[in-house]
Amino acid sequence: MLLEYFQMIDNVEELDPETGSILARADVPMESPVFEGHFPGSPLVPGVLLIETMAQASGFMLLSRLKFEKMPFLANVTGAKMRTFVEPGAVLMVKAELEHDGSGFAKTRAEISSDGKKICDSRLMFRIMPFPNETLKGNMLDRFSQISRSSAE
Amino acid sequence: MTTTFEAVAEIISETSDIPLEEITPEKNAFTDLGIDSLDFLDIAFAIDKHFGIKIPLEQWTEELNENNALVDEYFVLSKLCARIDEVIAAKDA
Repeated sequence: MLLEYFQMIDNVEELDPETGSILARADVPMESPVFEGHFPGSPLVPGVLLIETMAQASGFMLLSRLKFEKMPFLANVTGAKMRTFVEPGAVLMVKAELEHDGSGFAKTRAEISSDGKKICDSRLMFRIMPFPNETLKGNMLDRFSQISRSSAE
Repeated sequence: MTTTFEAVAEIISETSDIPLEEITPEKNAFTDLGIDSLDFLDIAFAIDKHFGIKIPLEQWTEELNENNALVDEYFVLSKLCARIDEVIAAKDA
């Protein structure tokens, strides 16, 4: 994870675009500028970044399902529960499953666990829209390639 | 048996916190009931789930973008329900 760059997912462990499921890994760094403020003297991954992590795992699953022809944008977070603290160095397993594939939108259920213990979970809704430009599309393809490649190595 | 309108009205009431008695067939979901596009995604999700369909929102949006005068044709509730019935009929055919 590069928290300050919003690079939350390090590795796609399992992905099934057909059924709409993904299992990804996110390694929390030991150090990050984010920890300087959250919190001074007691570093914890902010809950909003855990939600972002679930959204990104869901997003990569949806992107692969959409064959990168459209982009999912987070639109709604429902019932997010932060069950325990996440400290530097934690290894997070991020799971997301498609709940509903609508027309122009999608819903997922996502959760993060660490050492077999559930950290947080939420339901997420995405608007499915055209990419605003080719640069973003290219960057998303590159990032997906990086995090998918690392699982094959 | 619950009609399509009754089911849709209940969904709108629950998802958008609008009193059921205010939701009548001649109302436009957006201009009369004040539902915005994000709220409507929740409504579309609930409609899809309730009827086991996938209402073609993307297609409707494209058609609307081509001709704004048609908004009432899609989102006045009586017409919305008629379109939903068409999607249900197509699924069952």
